[in-house]
Amino acid sequence: MQDRYNPRGAWTFFQRETRRFLRVKMQTIVAPALTAVMYLIVFRYAMGERHVPGLNVPYFEFLIPGLIMMAMLQNAFANTSSSLIASKVMNVHVFLLMAPLSSAEVVFAALAAATVRALIVAVVLLLVLFPFADIHVVHLWMILLYGICGSIIMGGIGMLSGMWAQRFDDMATISNFIILPLTFLSGVFYSVHQLPVFWQTINQFNPFFYLIDGFRYGFLGTGDSDPAKAAFVVCLATLLVVFCCWYAWRLGWKMKV
Amino acid sequence: MNALEIRGLSKSYGKGKQALSDVSLNIAEGSFFALLGPNGAGKSTLINILADIVHHESGSIHLLGRDLFKERGWCKRRLGVVPQEVAFDPFFSPREILRFSSGMFGVAPDEDWIEELLIRLELKAHAEKNTRQLSGGMRRRLLVAQALVHRPRVVVLDEPTAGVDVELRKRLWVFMQELNAAGTTVLLTTHYLEEAEELCDQVAIIDRGKLLMHRPMQALLADAAARLLRLKYNQPLTLNAEQLGALSRWRPRIDACSIDLAIPSNQTASSFHTVYTAAIETLGVPVDVAIVQEDLEDIFLRLTGDAHAGSL
Repeated sequence: MQDRYNPRGAWTFFQRETRRFLRVKMQTIVAPALTAVMYLIVFRYAMGERHVPGLNVPYFEFLIPGLIMMAMLQNAFANTSSSLIASKVMNVHVFLLMAPLSSAEVVFAALAAATVRALIVAVVLLLVLFPFADIHVVHLWMILLYGICGSIIMGGIGMLSGMWAQRFDDMATISNFIILPLTFLSGVFYSVHQLPVFWQTINQFNPFFYLIDGFRYGFLGTGDSDPAKAAFVVCLATLLVVFCCWYAWRLGWKMKV
Repeated sequence: MNALEIRGLSKSYGKGKQALSDVSLNIAEGSFFALLGPNGAGKSTLINILADIVHHESGSIHLLGRDLFKERGWCKRRLGVVPQEVAFDPFFSPREILRFSSGMFGVAPDEDWIEELLIRLELKAHAEKNTRQLSGGMRRRLLVAQALVHRPRVVVLDEPTAGVDVELRKRLWVFMQELNAAGTTVLLTTHYLEEAEELCDQVAIIDRGKLLMHRPMQALLADAAARLLRLKYNQPLTLNAEQLGALSRWRPRIDACSIDLAIPSNQTASSFHTVYTAAIETLGVPVDVAIVQEDLEDIFLRLTGDAHAGSL
């Protein structure tokens, strides 16, 4: 029985995945914070005191939660995907395959580490952006639900991408042609009410839209989508992604020949 | 009990390349086992299936009596594999790698044992360096230490001594022999046949995915290694079917102008005479004659060599 579960192994793997990004703080934590500040400064002065149409909030207050969430999603994705693809390219993934860890343990540890990285980035961003605007918390539960579920979803998608990719170039393709457009076109920088109807409809199918909108709702108390519907979509997506990761790792998809 | 019991193991990679076909093999607990074969024979495929890096296609493996494919967790904790390719996480020092590996196997790092591994594998002086600063030989020794850190009962080494210099190689083997004496089963693949001859008590040879033979080393050497009668001619030899038929019982092996024939081990005056006479009758009078002792390398070449692989 003792041999069926390996909590110490999962903990060790989790530690490896967190130490990996803590060793390179400049690119994993400081850089995202700087990027967010840049966006804020640029848009702050470009948009002035304008309010977001449809929502009665100043533009830069609208922008801050979106920037934080975008950074969280990108970092959660980066943690799992870069770990796996780097391991594969260096051929050290064999040590993970040889270890007595079940699929559930591997997925749990990898996604937990991705979530921790996203949360650290979020806290750093909050601290850095705080001087620029009043940040209110209206619904804390929504912030936590969307923040954590969003990180798990993106960590999971990163894990699947890392398993699929065989070269760094494959990974760059996913990052630049799928993840980046989806995050940029998810309503971080605008409200969907500003879009033509066609693009509003398209947005309904972008999972990132619900993540960012729900997260922002927690700060502003208002948003573009129905919070109950968004919460349902997000929880369902989280379960689906976790299941896919578990199943793919169990099969050794693209990891074992 | 058998440390490993392999039954009908098969594996093919895409495009129909058969890496292993129907391999069955028993490895008794406590043995020091050599798995030999030329490059591409299927040794690494077999080891990678054991290590859970490669999927098997059909067949079964039992490790210490448990089904490897059904009870992976149990089996993996008792198995230490040294893969052929050397690679490490660039963020860690050897000591950290050993601690980390121990944790991954669900074992609290045993600092005394880690210290002993570092000393025995001559890595103590480099324990806190980054792995990128280590030489090729050091990295390979670290790979061995890593496979031993959770104290496995079965250790599998895929070419563990490639790139390790002679002196260190000897010390590595002394260490492995001590572990073996303490009850650890050791399975190794190596290109150094004299190493296998010296260390191992069991030997199996595989070629092109098929198991050619498995025997105790002593029996193999004693029986197969009768002495060889080596006849040299002044032109390259090729045997026609008739000549081959006449000489086949002495397992002829041709190397350019010379031919080796095994002298039966029940050495009487007539056994040498019979071989020699048959050779002269079939091939004519040679320009030179020698008697050589067959070693593992000759047996290996004989078993895997193109010309006569089929006749065995």
